[in-house]
Amino acid sequence: MELLGDVVAWFDDRANWRGSSGLVHLLGEHVSLSLWAMLIACAVALPIGLTLGHLRRGEVVAVNIANIGRAVPSFAVLVFALQVMSIGREPALVALVLLAIPLVLTNAYVGVAGVADDQREAARGMGMTGWQLLRRVELPSSIPLVMAGIRTAAVQVVATATLGALVGAGGLGLLILRGLRTRDHVEVFAAALVVALLALVAEVLLGVAQRLLTPRGIRGDAARGGDPAI
Amino acid sequence: MLFAEQWMDWSWVADHDDLILRRLREHVELTAAAVAIGIVVATPLVLVSRRWRAAYSVVLTVTGVLYTIPSLALFALLLPWTGLTRTTALIALVGYTLLILVRNAVTGLAAVPAEVREAARGMGYTSRRSLIAVELPLALPAIIAGIRLAVVTTVGLLTVASLIGHGGLGHLILDGLNRRFPTPLVVGSVLSVTLAVIADVLLLQMQRRLAPWQGGR
Repeated sequence: MELLGDVVAWFDDRANWRGSSGLVHLLGEHVSLSLWAMLIACAVALPIGLTLGHLRRGEVVAVNIANIGRAVPSFAVLVFALQVMSIGREPALVALVLLAIPLVLTNAYVGVAGVADDQREAARGMGMTGWQLLRRVELPSSIPLVMAGIRTAAVQVVATATLGALVGAGGLGLLILRGLRTRDHVEVFAAALVVALLALVAEVLLGVAQRLLTPRGIRGDAARGGDPAI
Repeated sequence: MLFAEQWMDWSWVADHDDLILRRLREHVELTAAAVAIGIVVATPLVLVSRRWRAAYSVVLTVTGVLYTIPSLALFALLLPWTGLTRTTALIALVGYTLLILVRNAVTGLAAVPAEVREAARGMGYTSRRSLIAVELPLALPAIIAGIRLAVVTTVGLLTVASLIGHGGLGHLILDGLNRRFPTPLVVGSVLSVTLAVIADVLLLQMQRRLAPWQGGR
Protein backbone atom coordinates (compact mmCIF):
# COMPACT_ATOMS: atom_id res chain seq x y z
CA MET A 1 0.00 0.00 0.00
CA GLU A 2 2.88 2.28 -0.78
CA LEU A 3 0.63 4.11 -3.22
CA LEU A 4 -1.86 5.19 -0.58
CA GLY A 5 0.94 6.76 1.44
CA ASP A 6 2.07 8.66 -1.63
CA VAL A 7 -1.48 9.78 -2.30
CA VAL A 8 -1.85 11.05 1.26
CA ALA A 9 1.45 12.89 0.86
CA TRP A 10 0.16 14.35 -2.43
CA PHE A 11 -2.89 15.76 -0.69
CA ASP A 12 -0.69 16.98 2.13
CA ASP A 13 1.47 18.99 -0.25
CA ARG A 14 0.08 22.51 -0.37
CA ALA A 15 1.58 23.10 -3.79
CA ASN A 16 -0.96 20.68 -5.22
CA TRP A 17 -3.82 22.83 -3.95
CA ARG A 18 -2.67 26.22 -5.20
CA GLY A 19 -2.09 27.87 -8.52
CA SER A 20 -3.75 27.57 -11.90
CA SER A 21 -3.41 23.79 -11.96
CA GLY A 22 -4.06 23.38 -8.25
CA LEU A 23 -7.00 21.47 -6.83
CA VAL A 24 -8.89 24.56 -5.64
CA HIS A 25 -8.81 26.31 -9.00
CA LEU A 26 -9.60 23.16 -11.01
CA LEU A 27 -12.43 22.19 -8.68
CA GLY A 28 -13.88 25.66 -9.17
CA GLU A 29 -13.64 25.33 -12.93
CA HIS A 30 -15.21 21.88 -12.81
CA VAL A 31 -18.13 22.98 -10.66
CA SER A 32 -18.77 26.22 -12.54
CA LEU A 33 -18.68 24.44 -15.91
CA SER A 34 -21.14 21.82 -14.63
CA LEU A 35 -23.41 24.41 -13.05
CA TRP A 36 -23.61 26.57 -16.16
CA ALA A 37 -24.27 23.54 -18.32
CA MET A 38 -27.12 22.46 -16.04
CA LEU A 39 -28.57 25.97 -15.87
CA ILE A 40 -28.63 26.33 -19.65
CA ALA A 41 -29.93 22.79 -20.15
CA CYS A 42 -32.75 23.33 -17.64
CA ALA A 43 -33.61 26.71 -19.15
CA VAL A 44 -34.01 25.02 -22.53
CA ALA A 45 -35.40 21.61 -21.62
CA LEU A 46 -37.77 22.34 -18.75
CA PRO A 47 -40.11 24.76 -20.60
CA ILE A 48 -40.25 22.44 -23.62
CA GLY A 49 -40.71 19.25 -21.60
CA LEU A 50 -43.29 20.73 -19.25
CA THR A 51 -45.27 22.36 -22.07
CA LEU A 52 -45.30 19.24 -24.22
CA GLY A 53 -46.29 17.19 -21.19
CA HIS A 54 -49.07 19.62 -20.32
CA LEU A 55 -50.39 19.54 -23.88
CA ARG A 56 -49.60 15.82 -24.13
CA ARG A 57 -48.10 16.39 -27.53
CA GLY A 58 -44.95 15.15 -29.16
CA GLU A 59 -44.69 12.01 -27.08
CA VAL A 60 -42.58 10.10 -29.59
CA VAL A 61 -39.90 12.78 -29.69
CA ALA A 62 -39.99 13.66 -26.00
CA VAL A 63 -39.72 10.05 -24.84
CA ASN A 64 -37.18 8.84 -27.35
CA ILE A 65 -34.81 11.77 -27.25
CA ALA A 66 -33.22 10.39 -24.07
CA ASN A 67 -32.73 6.98 -25.69
CA ILE A 68 -31.10 8.56 -28.69
CA GLY A 69 -28.95 10.68 -26.42
CA ARG A 70 -27.75 7.59 -24.61
CA ALA A 71 -26.54 5.93 -27.78
CA VAL A 72 -24.39 8.92 -28.74
CA PRO A 73 -21.11 8.85 -26.77
CA SER A 74 -20.64 12.16 -24.95
CA PHE A 75 -16.94 11.83 -25.67
CA ALA A 76 -17.77 12.04 -29.39
CA VAL A 77 -20.07 15.03 -28.88
CA LEU A 78 -17.27 16.79 -27.05
CA VAL A 79 -14.80 16.24 -29.87
CA PHE A 80 -17.42 17.27 -32.43
CA ALA A 81 -17.96 20.52 -30.56
CA LEU A 82 -14.23 21.18 -30.73
CA GLN A 83 -14.32 20.82 -34.51
CA VAL A 84 -16.67 23.77 -34.85
CA MET A 85 -15.41 25.87 -31.93
CA SER A 86 -12.05 26.99 -30.69
CA ILE A 87 -10.28 25.37 -27.76
CA GLY A 88 -11.59 26.42 -24.37
CA ARG A 89 -14.74 26.36 -22.28
CA GLU A 90 -17.30 26.71 -25.08
CA PRO A 91 -17.00 23.29 -26.74
CA ALA A 92 -17.22 21.60 -23.34
CA LEU A 93 -20.19 23.72 -22.33
CA VAL A 94 -22.03 22.93 -25.57
CA ALA A 95 -21.33 19.20 -25.25
CA LEU A 96 -22.49 19.12 -21.62
CA VAL A 97 -25.67 21.05 -22.42
CA LEU A 98 -26.42 18.64 -25.27
CA LEU A 99 -25.80 15.74 -22.90
CA ALA A 100 -28.14 17.10 -20.22
CA ILE A 101 -31.07 18.33 -22.35
CA PRO A 102 -32.52 14.94 -23.35
CA LEU A 103 -32.48 13.59 -19.79
CA VAL A 104 -34.15 16.68 -18.34
CA LEU A 105 -36.65 17.00 -21.18
CA THR A 106 -37.78 13.38 -21.23
CA ASN A 107 -38.30 13.24 -17.49
CA ALA A 108 -40.16 16.56 -17.42
CA TYR A 109 -42.42 15.30 -20.18
CA VAL A 110 -43.05 11.91 -18.60
CA GLY A 111 -43.63 13.50 -15.21
CA VAL A 112 -46.26 15.96 -16.37
CA ALA A 113 -47.93 13.76 -18.98
CA GLY A 114 -48.16 10.99 -16.40
CA VAL A 115 -50.40 12.98 -14.04
CA ALA A 116 -53.63 11.01 -13.64
CA ASP A 117 -56.59 12.03 -15.79
CA ASP A 118 -59.00 12.28 -12.84
CA GLN A 119 -56.58 14.63 -11.09
CA ARG A 120 -56.57 16.90 -14.14
CA GLU A 121 -60.31 16.69 -14.57
CA ALA A 122 -60.89 17.53 -10.94
CA ALA A 123 -58.72 20.62 -11.35
CA ARG A 124 -60.57 21.61 -14.52
CA GLY A 125 -63.85 21.05 -12.73
CA MET A 126 -62.71 23.47 -10.04
CA GLY A 127 -62.39 26.04 -12.79
CA MET A 128 -58.62 26.12 -13.12
CA THR A 129 -57.14 27.55 -16.29
CA GLY A 130 -54.47 25.63 -18.19
CA TRP A 131 -51.71 27.62 -16.54
CA GLN A 132 -53.15 27.08 -13.04
CA LEU A 133 -53.50 23.39 -13.77
CA LEU A 134 -49.83 23.18 -14.73
CA ARG A 135 -48.61 25.27 -11.81
CA ARG A 136 -50.75 23.93 -9.01
CA VAL A 137 -51.45 20.34 -10.00
CA GLU A 138 -49.19 18.94 -12.68
CA LEU A 139 -45.96 20.53 -11.54
CA PRO A 140 -46.16 19.50 -7.87
CA SER A 141 -47.14 15.93 -8.73
CA SER A 142 -44.40 15.56 -11.28
CA ILE A 143 -41.58 16.95 -9.14
CA PRO A 144 -40.11 13.55 -8.21
CA LEU A 145 -39.66 12.65 -11.88
CA VAL A 146 -38.58 16.12 -13.00
CA MET A 147 -35.98 16.23 -10.23
CA ALA A 148 -34.86 12.68 -10.98
CA GLY A 149 -34.11 13.82 -14.53
CA ILE A 150 -32.18 16.85 -13.33
CA ARG A 151 -30.26 14.70 -10.87
CA THR A 152 -29.32 12.05 -13.41
CA ALA A 153 -28.29 14.75 -15.86
CA ALA A 154 -26.26 16.63 -13.25
CA VAL A 155 -24.32 13.55 -12.20
CA GLN A 156 -23.54 12.74 -15.82
CA VAL A 157 -22.55 16.33 -16.48
CA VAL A 158 -20.13 16.34 -13.54
CA ALA A 159 -18.72 13.04 -14.81
CA THR A 160 -18.36 14.19 -18.39
CA ALA A 161 -16.91 17.56 -17.36
CA THR A 162 -13.88 15.46 -16.45
CA LEU A 163 -13.32 15.03 -20.18
CA GLY A 164 -13.58 18.79 -20.65
CA ALA A 165 -9.83 19.07 -20.08
CA LEU A 166 -9.38 17.32 -23.44
CA VAL A 167 -10.75 20.39 -25.22
CA GLY A 168 -9.08 22.96 -23.01
CA ALA A 169 -11.92 23.58 -20.58
CA GLY A 170 -9.80 22.79 -17.53
CA GLY A 171 -11.46 21.12 -14.58
CA LEU A 172 -10.27 18.19 -12.52
CA GLY A 173 -9.80 15.99 -15.58
CA LEU A 174 -6.72 18.08 -16.31
CA LEU A 175 -4.80 16.41 -13.50
CA ILE A 176 -5.87 12.92 -14.59
CA LEU A 177 -4.91 13.54 -18.21
CA ARG A 178 -1.64 15.19 -17.24
CA GLY A 179 -0.83 12.36 -14.87
CA LEU A 180 -1.63 9.78 -17.55
CA ARG A 181 0.71 11.54 -19.94
CA THR A 182 3.56 11.83 -17.47
CA ARG A 183 2.88 8.40 -15.93
CA ASP A 184 2.40 10.02 -12.56
CA HIS A 185 0.19 7.36 -10.97
CA VAL A 186 -0.05 9.24 -7.70
CA GLU A 187 -1.45 12.40 -9.29
CA VAL A 188 -3.85 10.39 -11.44
CA PHE A 189 -5.11 8.47 -8.45
CA ALA A 190 -5.48 11.53 -6.22
CA ALA A 191 -7.34 13.51 -8.89
CA ALA A 192 -9.58 10.54 -9.67
CA LEU A 193 -10.47 10.30 -6.00
CA VAL A 194 -11.53 13.95 -5.96
CA VAL A 195 -13.58 13.54 -9.16
CA ALA A 196 -15.30 10.44 -7.80
CA LEU A 197 -16.09 12.22 -4.53
CA LEU A 198 -17.44 15.25 -6.37
CA ALA A 199 -19.81 13.05 -8.41
CA LEU A 200 -21.00 11.27 -5.27
CA VAL A 201 -21.54 14.58 -3.47
CA ALA A 202 -23.56 15.89 -6.44
CA GLU A 203 -25.67 12.73 -6.40
CA VAL A 204 -26.33 12.90 -2.67
CA LEU A 205 -27.06 16.66 -2.59
CA LEU A 206 -29.49 16.45 -5.47
CA GLY A 207 -31.10 13.42 -3.88
CA VAL A 208 -31.73 15.51 -0.76
CA ALA A 209 -33.01 18.41 -2.88
CA GLN A 210 -35.35 16.03 -4.68
CA ARG A 211 -36.75 14.79 -1.39
CA LEU A 212 -37.17 18.28 0.06
CA LEU A 213 -38.89 19.65 -3.04
CA THR A 214 -41.33 16.77 -3.27
CA PRO A 215 -44.69 17.81 -1.78
CA ARG A 216 -45.33 15.99 1.47
CA GLY A 217 -48.44 14.24 0.18
CA ILE A 218 -46.55 12.20 -2.39
CA ARG A 219 -43.31 11.65 -0.53
CA GLY A 220 -42.09 8.15 0.05
CA ASP A 221 -43.15 6.30 -3.05
CA ALA A 222 -41.76 7.88 -6.16
CA ALA A 223 -39.22 10.08 -4.41
CA ARG A 224 -37.02 7.15 -3.48
CA GLY A 225 -36.92 5.36 -6.81
CA GLY A 226 -34.94 7.98 -8.69
CA ASP A 227 -33.70 7.93 -12.21
CA PRO A 228 -36.16 6.18 -14.51
CA ALA A 229 -34.10 7.53 -17.38
CA ILE A 230 -31.26 5.14 -16.66
CA MET B 1 -21.48 19.10 -50.68
CA LEU B 2 -18.71 21.34 -49.52
CA PHE B 3 -19.78 20.75 -45.95
CA ALA B 4 -19.74 17.00 -46.43
CA GLU B 5 -16.30 17.08 -47.98
CA GLN B 6 -14.99 19.05 -45.07
CA TRP B 7 -16.11 16.39 -42.63
CA MET B 8 -15.60 13.24 -44.61
CA ASP B 9 -12.43 12.43 -46.46
CA TRP B 10 -13.43 9.18 -48.12
CA SER B 11 -9.92 8.48 -49.32
CA TRP B 12 -8.80 8.32 -45.68
CA VAL B 13 -11.52 5.75 -45.06
CA ALA B 14 -10.42 3.71 -48.05
CA ASP B 15 -6.80 3.81 -46.90
CA HIS B 16 -7.62 2.84 -43.35
CA ASP B 17 -10.29 0.20 -43.76
CA ASP B 18 -8.12 -2.33 -41.91
CA LEU B 19 -7.70 -0.02 -38.94
CA ILE B 20 -11.40 0.83 -38.85
CA LEU B 21 -12.41 -2.81 -38.95
CA ARG B 22 -9.92 -3.69 -36.23
CA ARG B 23 -11.24 -0.96 -33.97
CA LEU B 24 -14.80 -2.02 -34.67
CA ARG B 25 -14.00 -5.63 -33.80
CA GLU B 26 -12.24 -4.53 -30.63
CA HIS B 27 -15.31 -2.48 -29.71
CA VAL B 28 -17.67 -5.40 -30.24
CA GLU B 29 -15.40 -7.80 -28.33
CA LEU B 30 -14.92 -5.53 -25.34
CA THR B 31 -18.62 -4.65 -25.13
CA ALA B 32 -19.66 -8.31 -25.37
CA ALA B 33 -17.07 -9.34 -22.79
CA ALA B 34 -18.05 -6.57 -20.37
CA VAL B 35 -21.77 -7.30 -20.56
CA ALA B 36 -21.22 -11.10 -20.39
CA ILE B 37 -19.03 -10.77 -17.30
CA GLY B 38 -21.54 -8.26 -15.94
CA ILE B 39 -24.32 -10.84 -16.26
CA VAL B 40 -22.19 -13.49 -14.56
CA VAL B 41 -21.37 -11.17 -11.65
CA ALA B 42 -24.92 -9.83 -11.42
CA THR B 43 -26.58 -13.25 -11.19
CA PRO B 44 -25.50 -14.13 -7.62
CA LEU B 45 -26.19 -10.51 -6.60
CA VAL B 46 -29.74 -10.85 -7.93
CA LEU B 47 -30.28 -14.18 -6.16
CA VAL B 48 -29.02 -12.79 -2.86
CA SER B 49 -31.06 -9.59 -3.29
CA ARG B 50 -34.18 -11.59 -4.02
CA ARG B 51 -33.90 -13.51 -0.79
CA TRP B 52 -32.82 -10.78 1.63
CA ARG B 53 -34.11 -7.23 1.43
CA ALA B 54 -31.21 -5.90 3.47
CA ALA B 55 -28.77 -7.45 1.02
CA TYR B 56 -30.61 -5.72 -1.83
CA SER B 57 -30.15 -2.29 -0.34
CA VAL B 58 -26.44 -2.99 0.22
CA VAL B 59 -26.08 -4.22 -3.38
CA LEU B 60 -27.99 -1.18 -4.69
CA THR B 61 -25.83 1.23 -2.70
CA VAL B 62 -22.53 -0.32 -3.75
CA THR B 63 -23.43 -0.66 -7.43
CA GLY B 64 -24.99 2.82 -7.30
CA VAL B 65 -21.73 4.31 -6.03
CA LEU B 66 -19.81 2.45 -8.75
CA TYR B 67 -22.25 3.78 -11.32
CA THR B 68 -21.83 7.36 -10.15
CA ILE B 69 -18.02 7.42 -10.42
CA PRO B 70 -17.02 9.11 -13.70
CA SER B 71 -15.54 6.65 -16.18
CA LEU B 72 -12.21 8.40 -16.58
CA ALA B 73 -11.83 8.50 -12.80
CA LEU B 74 -12.70 4.83 -12.44
CA PHE B 75 -10.14 3.85 -15.06
CA ALA B 76 -7.61 6.02 -13.25
CA LEU B 77 -8.41 4.51 -9.86
CA LEU B 78 -7.73 1.02 -11.23
CA LEU B 79 -4.42 1.93 -12.87
CA PRO B 80 -2.16 1.19 -9.88
CA TRP B 81 -3.43 -2.40 -9.83
CA THR B 82 -4.09 -3.34 -13.41
CA GLY B 83 -2.18 -0.68 -15.37
CA LEU B 84 -2.98 0.37 -18.91
CA THR B 85 -4.47 -3.00 -19.79
CA ARG B 86 -7.69 -4.36 -21.22
CA THR B 87 -8.47 -5.63 -17.75
CA THR B 88 -8.70 -2.06 -16.44
CA ALA B 89 -11.20 -1.14 -19.12
CA LEU B 90 -13.18 -4.33 -18.55
CA ILE B 91 -13.38 -4.04 -14.76
CA ALA B 92 -14.69 -0.48 -14.99
CA LEU B 93 -17.20 -1.31 -17.72
CA VAL B 94 -18.44 -4.38 -15.84
CA GLY B 95 -18.85 -2.15 -12.79
CA TYR B 96 -21.14 0.17 -14.73
CA THR B 97 -23.37 -2.66 -15.98
CA LEU B 98 -24.05 -4.07 -12.51
CA LEU B 99 -26.51 -1.45 -11.24
CA ILE B 100 -28.61 -1.64 -14.41
CA LEU B 101 -28.56 -5.43 -14.63
CA VAL B 102 -29.27 -6.11 -10.96
CA ARG B 103 -31.99 -3.49 -10.59
CA ASN B 104 -33.89 -4.59 -13.66
CA ALA B 105 -33.69 -8.28 -12.82
CA VAL B 106 -34.74 -7.82 -9.19
CA THR B 107 -37.61 -5.52 -10.20
CA GLY B 108 -38.70 -7.96 -12.88
CA LEU B 109 -38.64 -10.94 -10.53
CA ALA B 110 -40.46 -9.02 -7.82
CA ALA B 111 -43.22 -8.17 -10.29
CA VAL B 112 -44.12 -11.83 -10.77
CA PRO B 113 -47.59 -12.12 -9.19
CA ALA B 114 -47.70 -14.00 -5.90
CA GLU B 115 -50.54 -16.23 -7.19
CA VAL B 116 -48.31 -17.46 -9.97
CA ARG B 117 -45.61 -18.42 -7.51
CA GLU B 118 -48.17 -20.11 -5.29
CA ALA B 119 -49.62 -21.99 -8.21
CA ALA B 120 -46.14 -23.27 -9.06
CA ARG B 121 -45.62 -24.34 -5.46
CA GLY B 122 -49.05 -25.97 -5.43
CA MET B 123 -48.04 -28.02 -8.44
CA GLY B 124 -45.12 -29.30 -6.39
CA TYR B 125 -42.37 -27.13 -7.85
CA THR B 126 -39.34 -26.62 -5.65
CA SER B 127 -38.40 -22.99 -5.23
CA ARG B 128 -35.45 -23.42 -7.56
CA ARG B 129 -37.60 -25.00 -10.23
CA SER B 130 -40.24 -22.31 -9.81
CA LEU B 131 -37.53 -19.69 -10.27
CA ILE B 132 -36.14 -21.27 -13.42
CA ALA B 133 -39.32 -22.51 -15.07
CA VAL B 134 -41.88 -19.93 -13.97
CA GLU B 135 -40.49 -16.70 -12.55
CA LEU B 136 -37.49 -16.28 -14.83
CA PRO B 137 -39.51 -16.50 -18.07
CA LEU B 138 -42.02 -14.01 -16.69
CA ALA B 139 -39.27 -11.59 -15.68
CA LEU B 140 -37.44 -12.03 -18.97
CA PRO B 141 -38.63 -8.79 -20.62
CA ALA B 142 -37.40 -6.74 -17.65
CA ILE B 143 -34.11 -8.65 -17.55
CA ILE B 144 -33.50 -8.19 -21.26
CA ALA B 145 -34.47 -4.53 -21.01
CA GLY B 146 -31.66 -4.25 -18.45
CA ILE B 147 -29.23 -6.03 -20.76
CA ARG B 148 -30.19 -3.67 -23.60
CA LEU B 149 -29.54 -0.63 -21.44
CA ALA B 150 -26.25 -2.12 -20.27
CA VAL B 151 -25.13 -2.79 -23.85
CA VAL B 152 -26.02 0.68 -25.14
CA THR B 153 -24.35 2.34 -22.15
CA THR B 154 -21.22 0.19 -22.50
CA VAL B 155 -20.86 0.90 -26.21
CA GLY B 156 -20.79 4.62 -25.44
CA LEU B 157 -18.61 4.46 -22.34
CA LEU B 158 -16.05 2.26 -24.01
CA THR B 159 -15.01 5.15 -26.27
CA VAL B 160 -13.59 6.89 -23.17
CA ALA B 161 -11.34 3.89 -22.53
CA SER B 162 -9.34 5.03 -25.56
CA LEU B 163 -7.63 7.40 -23.11
CA ILE B 164 -6.09 4.37 -21.40
CA GLY B 165 -5.39 2.63 -24.71
CA HIS B 166 -8.31 0.19 -25.01
CA GLY B 167 -11.25 2.08 -26.38
CA GLY B 168 -12.14 0.41 -29.68
CA LEU B 169 -13.80 3.01 -31.88
CA GLY B 170 -12.90 5.63 -29.28
CA HIS B 171 -9.37 5.58 -30.73
CA LEU B 172 -10.73 6.95 -33.98
CA ILE B 173 -12.50 9.72 -32.06
CA LEU B 174 -9.33 10.45 -30.09
CA ASP B 175 -7.36 10.51 -33.32
CA GLY B 176 -9.79 13.07 -34.69
CA LEU B 177 -9.26 15.13 -31.55
CA ASN B 178 -5.48 14.96 -31.53
CA ARG B 179 -5.04 15.82 -35.19
CA ARG B 180 -8.13 18.03 -35.45
CA PHE B 181 -9.02 15.93 -38.46
CA PRO B 182 -12.75 15.22 -38.48
CA THR B 183 -12.94 12.11 -40.68
CA PRO B 184 -11.91 9.49 -38.08
CA LEU B 185 -14.10 11.30 -35.57
CA VAL B 186 -17.13 11.01 -37.85
CA VAL B 187 -16.36 7.37 -38.69
CA GLY B 188 -15.82 6.42 -35.05
CA SER B 189 -18.95 8.19 -33.82
CA VAL B 190 -21.25 6.94 -36.57
CA LEU B 191 -20.05 3.36 -36.14
CA SER B 192 -20.42 3.57 -32.37
CA VAL B 193 -24.00 4.84 -32.59
CA THR B 194 -24.82 2.28 -35.28
CA LEU B 195 -23.37 -0.50 -33.15
CA ALA B 196 -25.49 0.57 -30.18
CA VAL B 197 -28.66 0.68 -32.27
CA ILE B 198 -28.01 -2.68 -33.95
CA ALA B 199 -27.26 -4.38 -30.63
CA ASP B 200 -30.41 -2.87 -29.16
CA VAL B 201 -32.61 -4.07 -32.01
CA LEU B 202 -31.08 -7.57 -31.98
CA LEU B 203 -31.68 -7.92 -28.24
CA LEU B 204 -35.25 -6.70 -28.65
CA GLN B 205 -35.83 -9.37 -31.27
CA MET B 206 -34.29 -11.98 -29.02
CA GLN B 207 -36.68 -10.92 -26.29
CA ARG B 208 -39.65 -11.22 -28.62
CA ARG B 209 -38.57 -14.70 -29.59
CA LEU B 210 -37.89 -15.83 -26.02
CA ALA B 211 -41.04 -14.31 -24.57
CA PRO B 212 -43.48 -14.15 -27.47
CA TRP B 213 -46.49 -13.85 -25.16
CA GLN B 214 -45.28 -10.46 -23.93
CA GLY B 215 -45.21 -8.60 -27.23
CA GLY B 216 -42.25 -6.56 -26.04
CA ARG B 217 -42.01 -2.83 -26.34
